[in-house]
Amino acid sequence: MLLSTSIVVGSLLAVFAVVILNGAPALSLSMLTQTPKGGYYLGKEGGILNAIIGSVYLAIGATALAFLLSLPIALYLNEYARKSRFASLTRLSLDVLWGIPSIVYGAFAFIIMLYLGARASLLWGIITVSLFVFPIMTRAIDEVMKMSPFKLREASYALGSTRLETALKVVTRQALPGMLTAVLLAFGRGIGDAASVLLTAGYTDSVPHSLFDPVATLPLAVFFQLGTPIPEVQQRAYASGVILLVLVLLLSIASRLSTRKFMKYVIK
Amino acid sequence: MFKPHISIQGLNVFYGERHVLKDITVDIPERRITAIIGPSGCGKTTLLKSLNRLTDLIDGVKVSGKVLVDGVNIFDNGIDVTEIRKKMGLIAQMPNPLPMSIYDNTAYGPRIHGMKDEKELDQLVENCLRGAGLWDEVKERLKEPASKLSLGQQQRLCLARALAVKPEYLLCDEPTSALDPISAQYIETQLLTLKKSYTIVFVTHVLRQARRLADYVIFLYLGELIEHGPAETVFTQPSNPRTRAYIEGVFG
Repeated sequence: MLLSTSIVVGSLLAVFAVVILNGAPALSLSMLTQTPKGGYYLGKEGGILNAIIGSVYLAIGATALAFLLSLPIALYLNEYARKSRFASLTRLSLDVLWGIPSIVYGAFAFIIMLYLGARASLLWGIITVSLFVFPIMTRAIDEVMKMSPFKLREASYALGSTRLETALKVVTRQALPGMLTAVLLAFGRGIGDAASVLLTAGYTDSVPHSLFDPVATLPLAVFFQLGTPIPEVQQRAYASGVILLVLVLLLSIASRLSTRKFMKYVIK
Repeated sequence: MFKPHISIQGLNVFYGERHVLKDITVDIPERRITAIIGPSGCGKTTLLKSLNRLTDLIDGVKVSGKVLVDGVNIFDNGIDVTEIRKKMGLIAQMPNPLPMSIYDNTAYGPRIHGMKDEKELDQLVENCLRGAGLWDEVKERLKEPASKLSLGQQQRLCLARALAVKPEYLLCDEPTSALDPISAQYIETQLLTLKKSYTIVFVTHVLRQARRLADYVIFLYLGELIEHGPAETVFTQPSNPRTRAYIEGVFG
């Protein structure tokens, strides 16, 4: 037990240590508040505000879009299709989609963009990331809905409610904390992924002003800045990594806290 | 004699290949407590759930025969099943409050059936909680989650929730079997009061409870209807030897 704990906690701390020690010299308030000066590849000045804002926009947009797909699919699977062949085929497909590497989604979206003559932009980044997180979100919501007890559905039906009312007012409510976890899980995956947006979101030194502007993201900021031969810029890559880590960490703390709040009404 | 309120005619229920209810024909009297008794696995709960078509929710179920409620066969095509269920309040074996507050639990039924006026809802919630004998215990904490209540209180909340849709019937599936004796007695007292306005069908495998509450008794054994009649007759002069054996505790 001690061994397994130390392996897990140890590797967590090791990652934190490497990123923080390497990034610390470059960390400053201007990293958070300014856009890069002198280009992201060579520039040693300014900050990565473009990537912070870009990542947040992209992850929020993609999570929202994915949720619009996931919730109806998960409800359909649980309340309508139930144990039918159709449902198991859908679940199998989602599991396969879950397993596809994000770069493949990136390439797939890129081909479509070429076909449509679209340029890399925030919009296409959102579409690609939502494609890649929606199977994760759907299956996670599906699993929590599956766990909501049959007796609740029976109680709702016995009062004369329809399937839709039962699905939206009882099952969704019971599954709310789990759904929140699923959404934040998807958000975390979306904000941290570099490969899917490499080809589709573009990269820029400025903060995007519309859905059709290209957008920078934190993982790509790390990727590009690490690729330079200049040590100061490499440090900035680690500093960007620290910022990404902190964002994800804040997110998981927030999810813990809010789950507890929503657990209040859940029937065990 | 009793005036029939539900008329079950030649009802057969299959779960896949298993024949759980075999050609049941019996009338259920109006504004009386009818107890369905019999050993475990004899089809009591299935018979109860056939009355509001909760059997629909079970995978692979097949039903034939008729259940006439107010003269209409509820298994006919084109029947609005939500209307049928609205007429029948269900009290399950385990209390099953919904994942919401005490108030919202009680208001759930009326709200889905279109009641929006807050004052009207407040009044209805209060009346139903009083009707279930729970009001004084919860009036200060209506916004609290229903899961915070004790099991006995939860069961009375389920009763209040059922009353809120203004049913004509109450279907009770061993409603006291998960409760402590005091809560159980409380529910029994409520049922005896409620039978003045509701037709109550009540599943139990506790014979003493059936004796205390029932006006009419239906005895099922292995999916067959063995005997039915007014409670005194069935309990004191059963006509079928299997009923006599069950009542005397030879098997159970």
